[in-house]
Amino acid sequence: MDRRTTIKWMFAAAAAMPSLKTFGYTPAKLALDVAPNLPGYGTDPDLVKEWKPGGPWPLTLSAPARALVAALCDLIIPADDVSPAASSVGVVDFIDEWISAPYPEQRADRQIVLPGLVWIDAEADKRFGKQFAELNDAQRSAIADDICQPAHAAPQFQTAANFFATFRDLTAGGFYTTPVGMKDIGYTGNVPLERFDGPPLEALKKAGLA
Amino acid sequence: MAFISAADADKNSYDVIVVGSGAAGGQTAYTLTMDGAKVLMLEAGRNYQPATETPMLQANGEAPLRGAGTPEKPFGFWDATVDGGWQVPGEPYSSASDDPARQFVWWRARMLGGRTNHWGRISLRNGQYDFKPHSRDGLGFDWPMDYADLAPYYDKVEMLIGVYGANDGLENTPNSSPGVLLPPPKPRVSDLLTRQRAAKLNIPVIPGHRAVLTQRLDHVRLPKLLHPGNAKAQKILAADMQKRAACFFATPCGRGCSIRANYQSTTVHLPPALDTGNLDIVTDAMVRAVTKRPDGRAEGVIFIDRKTGAEHRVKARVVVLAASALESVRIMLNSGVANSSGKVGKYIMDTVGAGIGGQIPLLEDMPLHNEDGVDGFHLYTPWWLYKEQLAGKLGFARGYHIEFGGGRSMPSMGTAAGMEWLNGGTYGRKFKEEARRYFGSFMYFSGRGEMIPNDDCYAELHPTQKDKFGIPTLNFHWKWSKHEIGQAAHMQTTFAEIIDAMGGRMPSPPQPGEKAIKQGGIIIHEVGGAMMGNDPAKSVTNSFGQSWDMKNLFITDGATLCSNADKNPTLTIMALAWRASEHMLGLMKKKEL
Ligand SMILES: Cc1cc2nc3c(=O)[nH]c(=O)nc-3n(C[C@H](O)[C@H](O)[C@H](O)COP(=O)(O)OP(=O)(O)OC[C@H]3O[C@@H](n4cnc5c(N)ncnc54)[C@H](O)[C@@H]3O)c2cc1C
Ligand code: SF4
Repeated sequence: MDRRTTIKWMFAAAAAMPSLKTFGYTPAKLALDVAPNLPGYGTDPDLVKEWKPGGPWPLTLSAPARALVAALCDLIIPADDVSPAASSVGVVDFIDEWISAPYPEQRADRQIVLPGLVWIDAEADKRFGKQFAELNDAQRSAIADDICQPAHAAPQFQTAANFFATFRDLTAGGFYTTPVGMKDIGYTGNVPLERFDGPPLEALKKAGLA
Repeated sequence: MAFISAADADKNSYDVIVVGSGAAGGQTAYTLTMDGAKVLMLEAGRNYQPATETPMLQANGEAPLRGAGTPEKPFGFWDATVDGGWQVPGEPYSSASDDPARQFVWWRARMLGGRTNHWGRISLRNGQYDFKPHSRDGLGFDWPMDYADLAPYYDKVEMLIGVYGANDGLENTPNSSPGVLLPPPKPRVSDLLTRQRAAKLNIPVIPGHRAVLTQRLDHVRLPKLLHPGNAKAQKILAADMQKRAACFFATPCGRGCSIRANYQSTTVHLPPALDTGNLDIVTDAMVRAVTKRPDGRAEGVIFIDRKTGAEHRVKARVVVLAASALESVRIMLNSGVANSSGKVGKYIMDTVGAGIGGQIPLLEDMPLHNEDGVDGFHLYTPWWLYKEQLAGKLGFARGYHIEFGGGRSMPSMGTAAGMEWLNGGTYGRKFKEEARRYFGSFMYFSGRGEMIPNDDCYAELHPTQKDKFGIPTLNFHWKWSKHEIGQAAHMQTTFAEIIDAMGGRMPSPPQPGEKAIKQGGIIIHEVGGAMMGNDPAKSVTNSFGQSWDMKNLFITDGATLCSNADKNPTLTIMALAWRASEHMLGLMKKKEL
């Protein structure tokens, strides 16, 4: 795969990325602030209207970047017997919304996520001569196994492991806040009740309280 | 009478001007108007209607950024705060020191009802020790009143707003009168486990007190008790109480409550006060200063219409500042009034805060059940080491209470995040299994402790800085003493012991006090700055919040507090406001005002 093409699509929205010539992972040198002066939703947003990613501020990931994000989300949260994969319930839109947001925390995460995406594709190319999204499950896992544990990653994988941890948190937050995610994880609240009965007996037994 | 324009306010005449519409302003206007006084309320923020503006059942997934907090909505997207936070655009403040440990951060909200729309609803009474702290340990200041002076007003406020809890009769943790409290909600599993294990450490765990209706208010009994001999007030209140639903045990209270099941000034104080026909409210009215009559009494106030920038002057027999403690301080300093003691701005206090979270294996893989309850705490721990402390065994003065929580609350960005300390870091099916296993097994313990007023904590006017209205801003000085830092350290080790006793584990060890203590202002319980007292040379007001210098100027917010017990200040602010307003009514009837 042509590395320069990868960079181009990855940072399609990043006008301030002129001199990125290699995959050298140097986030400090990457000027990733693609949305420096965008307004947010303000200090008095309408709380009863419908909100969607891309509403309060534009999304910034290109189509190929979104495909990579989808592949990574689904590596972290694949379909299983209980619930579908993360990408099937809007988590890609959410991650795009998050890293495109004009607030400090999200902008900091953007500085981690965008170079991380570059790294992932470069690593896929280096190991298997393909983009990450084109790899099979075993190939994806081979890379993920090296970066999924930040405290135990080899030195050359440390930065990528930190990226992976951030990306995993975003994926989890995006997924478990959806209706299927809430059901999957066992959240049964947010329904009006006439009475609050407290925990059932089995729950008390489980905790050694009955 | 109702919501009126700034221009109309100029034309009318009022008995009392109330500045601010939060807990203090709401209670003051309620008590005054129910007894027939004509009141003009001036509120800097916009009008706000909880019935139509509250996102009740929206899940986090429906909010931008899954509802996560941002500088524009610090407590999350769905939180009720309007135009607020630790920074308000165009309304700056400053700290004298560059050292973060010596800076104070100031949370404000600019909306009708102020912070009562999104507060935690934790409503604890000060106890008898809390009114005489100096007599007890030689530190800080005694109040010019006793618990017995305020107890009837605590009862009244609790009956009016609706507070759940129980009378456990623990030391310096007063009971309410019989028939005042609503039943507490049933404990969650995490509450019961905490209680069982804390008992082994001799730490009590009892029902919490919060301003949430676990059942509907008794609209037959309560109005008679609250307004004896006042048939009109009873009728208005009885009708309004019937419009408040009981909690339906879902939806976070910080968003506000469209069914009026918890206390907000906008859903509890203002509707009946408006129904009396005695209350006019001008919103977007930023008060700059109190004006003076030639005889030295207050004439009225100057305010700026936020929408037009125009300046207005209104007059009344009495002026009440209830703009939140530090805003009231600012108005007094900018007016150059009520400060012959030189104490305006002095002895500002927050609450000491520190906390630790842990993971409790016994709470893993719980059978599915709904743990929303009343959203806030069901049980808590009041301060329990009075005797040890008095005997000098702790090395710091004054206590803290513990707020704790756990269980399966509505998933947010924190759910299943940062699990590396438990599992190293996984992905795929294993990750999903672990997310299920750990969900609801985390607990958090927060200490909320008493800060002793000290000479290093005060607010003054900034020499040059002005806000967007051209009003001089506040500059803060701040320093925790060894007592607060010692308390924070004690919180850390105690919470670690509790988590340990629950068989739990923590991501990191307890921290030393200096590191653990939250910055001044972070707990958002700021009070003081216009302390009440018996001596006009050493205090700003008497025990009724009445200025010594300007007899028709009252302060009914937290500015007058002489200490900031670990009880969270708002219930006390409301009880004081009720008492002060009754006093005002009495003086007005006697034509002394
Ligand atoms: C997230 C959060 C949780 C909290 N939880 C608890 C809790 O559980 N228990 C507890 O006891 N306390 C709690 N508090 C604190 C509690 O909110 C305050 O103690 C309480 O609201 C104080 O009431 P107040 O009327 O003095 O001020 P506010 O409620 O702040 O109201 C003051 C009003 O005055 C207006 N105003 C200010 N300046 C001017 C001016 N110049 N002219 C006109 N109007 C002006 C403001 O816009 C505001 O509407 C919490 C606070 C926050 C933010
Ligand atoms: S938990 Fe109850 S009181 Fe709180 S907002 Fe929901 S319904 Fe209202």
